[in-house]
Amino acid sequence: MTTRHAITAGFVPLLDSALLVVAREMGFAEEQGIDLTLLRERSWASIRDRLAVRHVDVAHILGPMPIAGNLGLNVPAPEMIVPMSLGLGGNAVTVSPALWQRMAENGATTDLDARANGAALRKAIDAQAGAPLRFAVVHPYSGHNYELRYWLAASDIDPDRDIEIVVLPPPDMGDALAEGVIDGYCAGEPWNTFGVLRRGAHLATVKAAIWRSSPEKVLGVNAKWGEANPEAMAALLVALHQASIWCARPDNHEALATLLAKPAYVGRDAELLLPALKGTLPVGGGEVRVVRDFFVPNAKAATFPWKSHALWFYTQMVRWRQIEHTAERQRIAAETYRPDIYRAALKHLGIAMPSASAKVEGALTVETPVGSSGALTLGPDGFFDGGRFDPDDLDAYIAAQSAG
Amino acid sequence: MQHSRLNVLVIDENRIRAAIIEDGLRDAGYDHVTVIDNMHGLARRIADLNPDVIVIDLENPNRDMLESIFQLSRAVKRPIAMFVDKSDEASIEAAVEAGVSAYIVDGLKQERVRPILKMAISRFNAFSRLNRELEETRGELENRKVIDRAKGLLMRSRGLSEEEAYALLRRTAMNQNRKIVDIAQSLVTAASLLDPGGKE
Repeated sequence: MTTRHAITAGFVPLLDSALLVVAREMGFAEEQGIDLTLLRERSWASIRDRLAVRHVDVAHILGPMPIAGNLGLNVPAPEMIVPMSLGLGGNAVTVSPALWQRMAENGATTDLDARANGAALRKAIDAQAGAPLRFAVVHPYSGHNYELRYWLAASDIDPDRDIEIVVLPPPDMGDALAEGVIDGYCAGEPWNTFGVLRRGAHLATVKAAIWRSSPEKVLGVNAKWGEANPEAMAALLVALHQASIWCARPDNHEALATLLAKPAYVGRDAELLLPALKGTLPVGGGEVRVVRDFFVPNAKAATFPWKSHALWFYTQMVRWRQIEHTAERQRIAAETYRPDIYRAALKHLGIAMPSASAKVEGALTVETPVGSSGALTLGPDGFFDGGRFDPDDLDAYIAAQSAG
Repeated sequence: MQHSRLNVLVIDENRIRAAIIEDGLRDAGYDHVTVIDNMHGLARRIADLNPDVIVIDLENPNRDMLESIFQLSRAVKRPIAMFVDKSDEASIEAAVEAGVSAYIVDGLKQERVRPILKMAISRFNAFSRLNRELEETRGELENRKVIDRAKGLLMRSRGLSEEEAYALLRRTAMNQNRKIVDIAQSLVTAASLLDPGGKE
């Protein structure tokens, strides 16, 4: 390797920073001739600011944020591109013991079923007098905000009227729940496991149950940096791809939990990180549930930046009145995600990749082989309410949701 | 003074730094300055204070919450990031570099608040400089202690004078192209391994 690339990446101390951490710590970045510096930040606002002034070239970032930035919703964001996703799933909805009790009285069970537990929450709200329940999410432009709202709305709960949604830093959510400031939250790991194991909370449902194999964090790249450094960016995608394979291997889970537990990274006990990696989640009251595809770092094209993911996030911005829909904005959202860069960077590895850049989300009810090689399978990717999102019919999807 | 009517809120968990900023603002004629150093119930307190300008340290984990209440709440006047004026990239960079972020109520003229940001940047920088110097001094003290212990070991084990012990450390450091303190640390570590129950 003759060329060397110096890349600085920002990250927020969460489980799904794993790909970047592993790329650095397990030598995958080094193998590609990359000196990868990781910069830990405590808010997404700070990640955005550092991308804007180019203190970092790339970052572990919420999937909708680069889109919001390109749409001018979130300043001072630079123009950004997303050439890779950093895995699928990984979030959960955690509720206080008191709310769980009321949900259980109304039929909620510990199997995390989004439909049954959503219906139970609806009944618990009906039976309640006084101030509306308050739920926390991590950011307005986040998968967490959109999946929580999707789950609530499909459970016949108006996220703006029947409930209050606020933003809190994830490390504060467990305490806020214990103090009664909030009744529930939707966050990434280790914060749900932390809430259950250290603050007596209960899991109500998980992202994988609301929308299986759904998008979460991505690699956000300052577009100017990407344009000026295509080789470095491609090398980084290869390193992250190798890291995703390493993260996915069950025999590496213990080592990964120990690595992420270090103070420089997530800085929390490995026992709080391991459940999400193994997909065996403590749900409260001492019970543990196996959740298929809770967090998917590599399989099912988990790092592929689907344009249909970008467009789904965009439809939710429109749905929750963060922006008004225009054809031009739709184009900007779709063009933020760059499967073309992903394909070009990883082509020489001979791995199976999707040939399409977008898919109908929610169409696969079972795991389905795709492509000629048969080495790649996708799905299931269903929404819990049977919904489908066809990116070619985006206007109809928006219209149906705003009518609903 | 003309800017005294601006209601400025400083949010900083570091009380010393918050006090430094507050002093600076008062000196510059801003009389309505509130400092919040405890993040408990932050959203409610901001709504009550209804500030025109918010200065917050960049590393504060509550910034996402802060930005979301500007976006959602109708109770609060709608502050926006100071950085919306893209023409002013130098001051954006200076602010992020210094670790400070600012929000102003929409519609307020940038010229009226730019001095606040400038002041905050310079005070943040002064504070980090102070901290760095403090840490360097602390580091030097630590280094001196390690070197003293290494000298003591050499004096006892090889019967050298203090000067000779120091000269030996320095010579070894030069030969190995390392710092004296590193050589001293190796010696102290090795000695403790060889004699775990010993005094040194």
